[in-house]
Amino acid sequence: MSLTIYAQRLGDDSLILGQRLSEWCGHAPAIEVDLSLANVALDLIGQASHFLGLAGAIEGKGRDADALAFRRDVMDFTNCLLVEQPNGDFAQTIARQFLFSHYQVLFLERLAAAQDERFAAIAAKALKEVSYHATLASDWVVRLGDGTDESKARMIAGLDWMWRFADELFVMDDVDAAAITAGAGVDKAALRPAWDQRIDAVLADAGLVRPAARRATLGGRTGRHSEHLGHLLSEMQFLQRAYPGATW
Amino acid sequence: MSVVTALTSTERLRAVLASVPDPEIPAVSVLDLGIVREISAARVLITPTYTGCPATLAIEQAIRSALDANGCGAVAVETTLSPPWSTDWISDEGREKLRAYGIAPPPKGANAAALKNQTLAECPRCGSSNTEEISRFGSTPCKALWRCKACAEPFDRFKCH
Repeated sequence: MSLTIYAQRLGDDSLILGQRLSEWCGHAPAIEVDLSLANVALDLIGQASHFLGLAGAIEGKGRDADALAFRRDVMDFTNCLLVEQPNGDFAQTIARQFLFSHYQVLFLERLAAAQDERFAAIAAKALKEVSYHATLASDWVVRLGDGTDESKARMIAGLDWMWRFADELFVMDDVDAAAITAGAGVDKAALRPAWDQRIDAVLADAGLVRPAARRATLGGRTGRHSEHLGHLLSEMQFLQRAYPGATW
Repeated sequence: MSVVTALTSTERLRAVLASVPDPEIPAVSVLDLGIVREISAARVLITPTYTGCPATLAIEQAIRSALDANGCGAVAVETTLSPPWSTDWISDEGREKLRAYGIAPPPKGANAAALKNQTLAECPRCGSSNTEEISRFGSTPCKALWRCKACAEPFDRFKCH
């Protein structure tokens, strides 16, 4: 049971962030940025289909990745709160990507070495893609932070918005502990020092400092979400809600 | 089944697969791209390039159709994620086909460093290495957008992966 939830959490993180990024398609400030964000979204949705497919297989009740993506309600989603945060302006989107992709790189590096080959295979595959996302986001943090007064102010504001959701990435609970016992888990709390180091190095390059520490906002892993997720799902799940079972 | 027959059948399968083009880059076949990991009388094992590559399903269906059309309907088409696909698996012939098609092929064996794409790309049109990256992502997930400063033409570069 808990390994199902574990795989589902990984899938939900990628799915929701992928869906968020896809909202930029056709709206980004430049064609290159549009392509970048759409491609990152595509990678993430691809990863989500594998993790959710695995969750459905472990669960053994006949649900596939599509069933989990399109036919669950908001409180059944187990993604972290960071990925469901609204895009805001381009800097806010980059701030979210920056914090998440660096976490994801560290996480997938460990998961790729897991005993459970099903998880390890998806992680090894996704890691190559996610490394690219982290570089892309870091480059933009530097470009915006070390850019004009306007871009710098926006980058600071974007980081400020996202910062309170970073702690949740590293919280361990019973599901994580059970996954470690089952040979598929990662000690997320142990990733924090390396993550801090990477984030600080890029911020230093960008001429920025960390936002002030604040009380962490938690709850995504147990289905307690911000109001933003419901709106995202209403768009993402529209077709399967209006035309159940529709196929291409 | 004798060894000779087995050989003959896998050679025949290889020929069929060589005729299946990549849907996004029709200049190269699925064999050239290195996404075919195993060919046996029982099955053809393929691996996706990127997890989210929209061509993955199209490729699987194209291979299925080609096998069926050539009397190999009993051969299964299966996919695997592990080990993850690498651009090092693109054949030398595939690299030349990419270049001729106007896409700078990825450098070989540059996997680790190349995630940052620090190596320079050679312009597929004029051959100059006086080039620069415009965008890390191009028209598909597997390509980046580059520009030649010698002939002033933009071009796609197959990313190292």
